Amino acid sequence: MDLTVLWFWIVAFLFVGYFVLDGFDFGIGMSLPFLGKDDTDRRVLINTIGPVWDLNETWVIVAGASLFAAFPEWYATLFSGFYLALLLILLALIARGVSFEYRHQRPESRWKKWFDGMIVVGSAVPALLWGVAFANIVQGVPLDADHNYTGTLFDLLNPYALLGGLTTLLLFFTHGVVFASLKTEGELRERARRLATKSGIITIVVAASFLLWTGLAFGTLWFWILAGLAAVALIGGWLANLRGAEGVAFTLLAITVAAAVLALFAALFPDVMPASNDPANSLTIVNASSTTYTLTVMSWVAVVFLPLVLLYQGWTYWVFRKRVSRASIEAAAH
Amino acid sequence: MNELLDPLLLARWQFGLTTVYHFLFVPITIGLATSTAVFQTAWYRTGKLEYLKITKFFGTIFLINFAMGVVTGIVQEFQFGMNWSEYSRFVGDVFGAPLALEGLLAFFFEATFIGLWIFGWDKLPRGIHLATIWCTAIGSIVSAYFIIAANAFMQNPVGYEMNVERGRAELVDIGALLANPVALAAFPHTIAASFMVASGLIISAAAWHLARNQHLDSMRPALKFGLWVMVGSGILTTLFGDQLSLAMVATQPMKMAAAEAMYDTACGADASFSLFTLGTPDGSSELFSIRVPYLLSFLSTHTFDGCVEGINDLQAQYQELYGPGDYTPIIWVTYWSFRWMIGLGLAHVLVAVVGLWLTRKGRMPKQAWIWKVAIWSFPLSLSAMIVGWIFTEMGRQPWIVFSLLPTESAVSPNVSGLDVLISLVAFTLIYGILAVVEVRLIIRAIKKGPPELGEPDPETGRVEPASTVY
Repeated sequence: MDLTVLWFWIVAFLFVGYFVLDGFDFGIGMSLPFLGKDDTDRRVLINTIGPVWDLNETWVIVAGASLFAAFPEWYATLFSGFYLALLLILLALIARGVSFEYRHQRPESRWKKWFDGMIVVGSAVPALLWGVAFANIVQGVPLDADHNYTGTLFDLLNPYALLGGLTTLLLFFTHGVVFASLKTEGELRERARRLATKSGIITIVVAASFLLWTGLAFGTLWFWILAGLAAVALIGGWLANLRGAEGVAFTLLAITVAAAVLALFAALFPDVMPASNDPANSLTIVNASSTTYTLTVMSWVAVVFLPLVLLYQGWTYWVFRKRVSRASIEAAAH
Repeated sequence: MNELLDPLLLARWQFGLTTVYHFLFVPITIGLATSTAVFQTAWYRTGKLEYLKITKFFGTIFLINFAMGVVTGIVQEFQFGMNWSEYSRFVGDVFGAPLALEGLLAFFFEATFIGLWIFGWDKLPRGIHLATIWCTAIGSIVSAYFIIAANAFMQNPVGYEMNVERGRAELVDIGALLANPVALAAFPHTIAASFMVASGLIISAAAWHLARNQHLDSMRPALKFGLWVMVGSGILTTLFGDQLSLAMVATQPMKMAAAEAMYDTACGADASFSLFTLGTPDGSSELFSIRVPYLLSFLSTHTFDGCVEGINDLQAQYQELYGPGDYTPIIWVTYWSFRWMIGLGLAHVLVAVVGLWLTRKGRMPKQAWIWKVAIWSFPLSLSAMIVGWIFTEMGRQPWIVFSLLPTESAVSPNVSGLDVLISLVAFTLIYGILAVVEVRLIIRAIKKGPPELGEPDPETGRVEPASTVY
């Protein structure tokens, strides 16, 4: 296989990893005001992702670095072009990350409320903006002959992209709430299940509209197959949640996120940043990529280390497979 | 107004600010992860509770610091593309590889095992749990190697070929890139200096309690550990720093000339090292200085009769090689940052040597001022680290990649001055607020002291406190 094609799909895989894993972290963060009736509830929710949020977030760092190494032109165009949107994502991720670590450091409820607020906003902003960003990539943005983005922040906030943002926001929210029902006990678990039923309906409607719009405008055969898989998994996940099969529901929603992200990459291929003004200015896997030598070196590293990464990360999830109870939080409270 | 909105200047300020800020947390993470691992190993091997107390105590401080390192690190990974897109296009083929390797080999490793360590106290067997903190420490050190190899390419580009048609540098030898002589010297220098920073923090925290005559069982060994690590890593930092300056003279002679503010080439006794210089305001000539003859010759060439090229000669050479332009870094920045790096670092080692003498054979000094010095000396090594990096990076100017790409050609052409101003203000605000919060939390954690440990569980024999919960 051509190495540029391989790396296109490795980059896709890294973003799939990021959105599947950090997606439900964002969902947990956004669910605090809906599910957390008191401080203990909120602590239970945060602790469901406590041991893993950092490794989940690392996927975006690796995805960014791999983009830099494999497709420097794509990295340069995307990150400079979406400057202010990425700034907002960065500020949100900073606020969210420190809040997990700092909210329990002091007992005052004002202190905790402040960090809870940062967790909610810090989760919602990237959940929305990553969708906006990827919808814009698929749709194409104005690029000059040097592949520099010539639009503004507001050009990125078009109806199609906003629908994409809403889709990721809702998908991550529902995925996080299902994760909450999988990892908690008692009343909180029940509340999460009911909330997922409600938010799931809205998610299905919005996600279906977005995928349909994408398909009609940019669809390829593989897009339709993957988007179809995403739709089936989403509805299946909703039904599983309804029947209280939390593990199945969580897995199906993970498949939904993965299939939807792959569908977008399939719609994009072989472009990486289509130019909406002039197809001649588009970035493709060919004119955006690194040399064969660099890609070969990177391929060997990825082939050896990615399976290892999956192995030890899988083990972490296994170690922390138990549900988080209110009792365990209260026992450890200090 | 136009000058205020100069995208290049603003982007440079933003990169400098966010990188220096990120690097406040990095050396503490590297040094403290390893130190915590050593403490936990001591507890694992001896079963002595005071070692577990030290582990938990510095583990807490480590985690408060680690969170900041993580979140400010994401900015670093994105910033090349956001603010320096022309740089990214130019070097991505070469520079991206070590960054991606860092992510795949080190960041995943570090981020996964730190979670296991924080939350795994009562879920993992003791030996495995001990291994997780070692994995975290190893991950942090490996990541440092890749990032220094990437930085070394900017100082001394190797392992590449220019592709004129595409206008970019392309990787042809990954081995040469990773074995860059500048990286091979800068890496151990930086790691040893990280241990100076972390041991400075350990000395300071232990001294705070010992000055109050409390927690003697755990804080006395912690102090001893800190003092010995400071002296040992201080010696290593100096030795590797010496290697680094040899590599620097060989690859970037202008940086050494700028470090010394030496305008004319000098040999032997004339190649003297100035401890202090007062110059005319424009910096072009000197009014007064204290000098050590031969020292600069020795630092640069390891001989007493070597010659060190001066700024004026190098400037003339570079104009011939690279065309008209100013190839001189800002001299007062390089001159003073180089001195402060050495001075502050040595000052802290001196404090540690005196500390070892004063605490020999279980002695504990009674004078309050001695403890005050120990507590307040922490900023010395951290500041030395920071001015060291400011020297390295400012001494590289006006190049972003030495001899290949000037900094002014590297900035994103489509990101306006206003955009950068917005992000610069946003980062300054959020980083400023977080700095206050972080410092307060660390001081609070230090003052709270090591945890009280209960009786061992009769069934399991475990004494570990329950795992941290958020």
